[in-house]
Amino acid sequence: MLEVRALCRPGLAPVDLDLAAGEALALLGPSGSGKTLLLRAIADLDPNQGRVSLNGSSRESLPAPIWRRRVTYLASEPGWWEARAGAHFPDPAAAEAVLPSVGLTGEILNRPIAELSTGERHRLALVRTLVQTPEVLLLDEPTSGLDQDTTRQVEAVLRARVADGAALLFSTHDEALAERLGDRAIRVRKGKLEGDR
Amino acid sequence: MTPNYIALDVFDLALAALLILLNGALSVWLRLGLARQFLIAAARMCVQLGLMGLVLKTLFALVSPWLTGLAVVIMIGFAGYEVMSRQETRFRGLWAYGIGTTSVLFAGTLVTVFALATQIQADPWYHPQYAIPLLGMILGNTMTGIAIGLNTLTDLVRRERAAIETLLALGETRTVAFRPFVRTAARNGLIPIVNAMSAAGIVSLPGMMTGQILAGVEPMEAIKYQILIMFLIGGGTGLGVIAAVHAGALRLSDARHRLRLDHLAGD
Repeated sequence: MLEVRALCRPGLAPVDLDLAAGEALALLGPSGSGKTLLLRAIADLDPNQGRVSLNGSSRESLPAPIWRRRVTYLASEPGWWEARAGAHFPDPAAAEAVLPSVGLTGEILNRPIAELSTGERHRLALVRTLVQTPEVLLLDEPTSGLDQDTTRQVEAVLRARVADGAALLFSTHDEALAERLGDRAIRVRKGKLEGDR
Repeated sequence: MTPNYIALDVFDLALAALLILLNGALSVWLRLGLARQFLIAAARMCVQLGLMGLVLKTLFALVSPWLTGLAVVIMIGFAGYEVMSRQETRFRGLWAYGIGTTSVLFAGTLVTVFALATQIQADPWYHPQYAIPLLGMILGNTMTGIAIGLNTLTDLVRRERAAIETLLALGETRTVAFRPFVRTAARNGLIPIVNAMSAAGIVSLPGMMTGQILAGVEPMEAIKYQILIMFLIGGGTGLGVIAAVHAGALRLSDARHRLRLDHLAGD
């Protein structure tokens, strides 16, 4: 599904990577090892070199916004541009359908972003990404700042997406999470991939 | 035409300069430490305006398109430099100077030439007596607007980096991702001229009109000129700010719809 060849940028040695539909791959490594750089480079959010393609069609053959709707990156600290939570969703009804699966209710859409906890914001941002149903999810520390229960909920939602045929590439420094959620895990150290575990 | 204005001689100016000296003395007495700065600024003003007077006198006597053009180029060059020097965060390389100067050039010349060709109808159209003061007033305001607009834009984009990148990551185009910040930057750039127009005649008597009245022009005539100038300044500032802010937003992104903070110095 997703094919990455010789992808590099400053701070990242050339990376080769394959990700199949319905596969979850964990990127394990300490902070500053280059996990985020790799995820952002695949989403084409920073200048980079190399070939990335989805189902055989190369990234460059698509306008960047179309590419990112299909291969969507979610930062570990996502941004907000409106005061009210609901204003970040073009289709609030679609959001309301997904919110309960991460332990939130539709009521949160009426609240100001500034009043939400870190965990609530984190899950809301995940929902914002999921309602667009991207084919590839690039998630940076998807459960950081979440307690154990909500972590499990988020894991379940992601597993369901993968079972539906989405590909998931996520970064974490939590070995147990990588074990639970990932079909495979790759270690990243100093901007280099160090083979499958 | 017999001018019915009251000419000033050197003695009149020297008398007014006493006010500056009085302030200098006060500063020394109260130990405010302002005397030096105050005197230097006053001296600079005299020298600069004196030179300006000589330049204008020569330009008016010669009515040469080339010399007038040269003066215009120098004025626009300084305005562009002023825009750059007012930026807290500058663009890298020539862009630091280029975006502001190009916008000033575009808006300033367009509006000035429009006024000279249609409303003023000087003969010849580039007559420095009209072209230089008109351009000067338009440039001064356009420059301020552009400087504020660009400064707001770079400041906001740096601060709202996470929001912009999230929008881009969700597949929005750079136009959509930058829109709220472009809008705020343009609005901030236009605040001074909107305020000036709103306050004109109530809070403030604009300088040009006041000058004409002191020179003996009928108040209604002076006011017509002032309204014309205000329209020109408003139009020029609007065009310049919109051009500069959009050019800035384009430079802060690229064709692949990425946020390019690396195009700012110090990032």
